[in-house]
Parts: sequence; C-alpha cells; structure tokens
Amino acid sequence: MAIARVGSSEKVYSPNKRSKRNAYLLLAPGLLWLLLFFVFPLLNLAETSTKTPSPTFETGEFVQSFRFANFIDAFLANQAQFYRSFTYALAATIIALAIAYPLAYSIAFRSGAWKNFLLILVIAPFFTSFLLRTLAWKQILGAEGPVVFILKFLGILPDGATITATAFSVILGLTYNFLPFMTLPIYASLDRLDYRLIEASGDLYANGATTFRKVTLPLSMPGVVAGTLLTFIPASGDYINAQLLGSPDNFMIGNVINSRFFRVVDYPTAAALSFTLMTTILILVIIYIRRSGTDELV
Amino acid sequence: MSRWFSRNLIRIYTGAALLFILLPIFYTIAFSFNDTEKRNISWQGFTIRAWLNPCEPIGICEALGNSFKVGITATVVATILGTMIAFALGRYDFKGRGTTNLLIFLPMATPEVVLGASLLSMFINVGLGTGLIPVIISHIMFCISFVVVTVKARIASLDPKLEEAARDLYANEWETFRRITLPLVAPGIAAAALLAFALSFDDFIITNFNSGTVDTFPEYVWTAALRGVPPQANVIGTMMFIIALVLVFAGQIFTKKREAKK
Repeated sequence: MAIARVGSSEKVYSPNKRSKRNAYLLLAPGLLWLLLFFVFPLLNLAETSTKTPSPTFETGEFVQSFRFANFIDAFLANQAQFYRSFTYALAATIIALAIAYPLAYSIAFRSGAWKNFLLILVIAPFFTSFLLRTLAWKQILGAEGPVVFILKFLGILPDGATITATAFSVILGLTYNFLPFMTLPIYASLDRLDYRLIEASGDLYANGATTFRKVTLPLSMPGVVAGTLLTFIPASGDYINAQLLGSPDNFMIGNVINSRFFRVVDYPTAAALSFTLMTTILILVIIYIRRSGTDELV
Repeated sequence: MSRWFSRNLIRIYTGAALLFILLPIFYTIAFSFNDTEKRNISWQGFTIRAWLNPCEPIGICEALGNSFKVGITATVVATILGTMIAFALGRYDFKGRGTTNLLIFLPMATPEVVLGASLLSMFINVGLGTGLIPVIISHIMFCISFVVVTVKARIASLDPKLEEAARDLYANEWETFRRITLPLVAPGIAAAALLAFALSFDDFIITNFNSGTVDTFPEYVWTAALRGVPPQANVIGTMMFIIALVLVFAGQIFTKKREAKK
C-alpha cells in the first residue's frame, strides 16, 4: 500500500532537529549498500558497454577501447525488440489499469465486511511462484487447454490456430503478472480518500460521472501514477512472458539482453542495450511524472 | 434484467477480475494432484503421489532450501537497513534528503534485467564470481527500497501527538522511541519484511544472472520447464500459498484482537 507514496511530497514531523548525526548514522549502512551494489554495478556496466572483443578473440575476453558506437550498433540491430518491449508494456499497463481501477474502487468503497478478504485475494498471486503461474497460463491458453477448446467449439478459432506464441498471450501474461502492483497503490490512494468529499460532491448536485471525474479520480491520481509505473517499468524489461508464452517473433529487449549475456557471451552489447533501456525508461518516467504529477489532470 | 445488470455491473466486473487473478492459482493447485511423471500439461487423473514424495525430483528440495537461505538472510538484513533509512527520513531533518529519496527510488525504476546484468558485470570485474553470496547481496539491494517505502508510509501515518505526549511526560528520546514509536511502527515493519521475503523468494531474473551453477526454486522451475515441470513443483507452490494465507489470516486475527483490547 505504501508503494503509492513514492515521489509524493512530504512534510516531516521531526522532534530531533539537532541530532543530525543520528540521521546520518541511520542512513549510512543502507545507503552504503545501495552505493556498492546498485550505483557501482551500473558504473561497471557503463564501463563494459564501450569494450570490444580482445585481439586474441577469446570468448568472454574484452578490452576497453571506448567504442561508443557500440550503443548505436546495438540499438540499430535490435530496434524491433525495443519497439515491441515498449508497445507490449504500454498495452499491458493500459489493460491492467482498466482491470485494476474498478477492482480497487469496489474493494475500497463497495465491499463492506468483505474488504480484507478481497484484499487477500488480490495479493494472493504474490504467494505462489510467478513462474508456476505463468506456466499455468501456458496450460490454460495452450493447444490442450480449455480456452482453445471452447473457442474451437464455438467456431471462433479455426482448426490449427493457437493462442500461445502470439502477442496476445505475451501481453496477457504481462498484464497478469503485474496486476497486483497496479491494484494495490490505487486501492491505497482510494482507501485514504475521505468518503465525505464524495458525499459532498453529491450534495452539491454533481452526478456520479461528474463526481468521479472531478473528485475521485484526481484524488486517486498518486495511486494511478505509482501503479502504472510499477507495471510499465518491470513489464518493459521482462523476458519471462515472451519466453514462456510467446515465440521468437514476440521477443522483447530483455530476451536479447539475456541471450547476449548467456548464450552469445557478448557482454558489451548486452551492457549497451541495458543502458539504452534504462535511460529510455527514466526519460519516459520523468516526462510522465511531470505531466501527470501535479494539477494538470484536475 | 438490464437494471439489475447495470446496478450490479461493478460487482460482476470485480468478480471477473478476481477470477482472472485466481484462475492460474487454481490451475497450479489442481495440477499438483495430476497423475503424471514429468509433462504436467494435460489432466491424467487424480493422485496424491506427488504430495507424498515432494522431494522426489532430483534437486528440487535443494533448490527450495537455497531459496529459504537467500530469502531469510535478505529479508533480515534488508528489513534492518531499510527500517533505519525510513526512520531517518521520517523523523529527522537532514541535508541530502532529495538525493536519498532518489537513491531509494532508482532501484525500483530499473528493470530487473538491467540490475541483474550490472551486478554480474561487477561481480565478474571484481573477481567475486557467482553463487549464493552474490545472490543474497543483490536481493538485499533490491529489497531495501521496498522496505523503506513501506515503513516510511507507516511512520508518516502516525500521530505525532503521541510522541509529544511521551516527551511531555519526561520520556527521553530512546524511551519514546522504544515504548511509543517502535510498537506503533511494528506492523509496518512486519509488512515490509513479508514483502521483502515474497520478493526475494520469487525472484528469478536477478538471481539467474548471479547464481552461477547453484539453483533456487524459481530457477529449478525455469530449467524444468524446458523438459516438463514435475507435479512436485506445484506441490511446493501450493504449500507456500497455504502457509502465506495462514500467516496473513493469523496476522489479521491478531490485529483485530489487539484492537478489541483497546
């Protein structure tokens, strides 16, 4: 639930204004860990990204030659996968939002005594391995599964056609996997919302749609922003769903990075692709937060 | 009929969404009872054989043990480090707040494949190699941010008047913290620890980059998926699901009882 608070402005109650030293002591170990095992590895990755194969052409051996063209080469060779990653992630984010918002709304305002039980059902997927659940989707959508059977019975799906190994199944998998990350922040922001505001809007003769547009939606925007980010970011870097539910035609940039690292042992290309992916996401995130963060949507 | 439908639209929608969320879980549970050796894809008949011998497939319980080792260590360390940061952010005024917030936010805004690749680059470059230790180190790293965010939210929701009252009653800083602040923040810390464990236990991408030849449970499932996942994997998945549900329900009953006492 707390996820919704990322980036929100904060006013701190601070009884200990003088003991700055204590604050730094509290911060030091954790921040040091993040510097050593988050920032420092990224610098290593940056360093790797401009290397070239060693003159002896031994597998896995690279020398630093500051070849920044690695970035351009890597991007040009994998444009299709980049484009696909962001399209799939965007589609999954929009569908997840369409499923999660009404779900969070009805849990927050319409569930009464069932509230906690429904919340547990929403976070239930966290308790079973996501790989097992993705494999379950492969079964459900697979050639021997119930969905294909029903669609063929109804004559919607022609004989021989499949649902797995398509963009549809990959996007479904992505939507499914990150749905709780969308639902929980939206629920948290709706649950915090003072219901009297909605009642007041009704008292002032606003109809349901107007109340939603002018009161509920703007007040739940922090949750929507957090939820869409927590869905879009991991979805755009994912390769599990494309691997298990898709075909090589559906491979995303994560698949390329993964195979460059492990199968081809081409660390510089993998590093350059990782950096391009991360930078693109950060730019998109900054634009998105700027545009939706404050009063513009009200 | 149509009025009934429009009035209950949100209920129907919610039901459908919940069905979507739970369907693969039902599948996972059902197929733990499937009478098959390896290719656990189509229904062959009911049996409890896999439940009687959950460790039968080679390496599965070893992988599960590794997941517990990693999950518990990462949870303990990340919860301590993250809670400390959350208190610093929530209760102290200091320079560098913006940078700290950014450093907490960035790991959550970085795709796992990038985190995994960068950690592997680093571990190779400094000669640490791969294995369980690098995996634990990485898990602590990505869990810290989630702990900070969860605990910080709890601290922010506390009524400062309670702590002020303790001070007015001549409690010193440490006493106020131990007897007022900490007990009030405790549910947030517990939630953060549960989240950290769930994230660590289920992590595949970062783990797969850094584990080398050692397998965790998700890695076992991934490798097994190539030839067919044995029903025992579903048994373990189902057991984890049940344990987690029991823990959550127990936690809720506990909180309700505590509230009833007040």
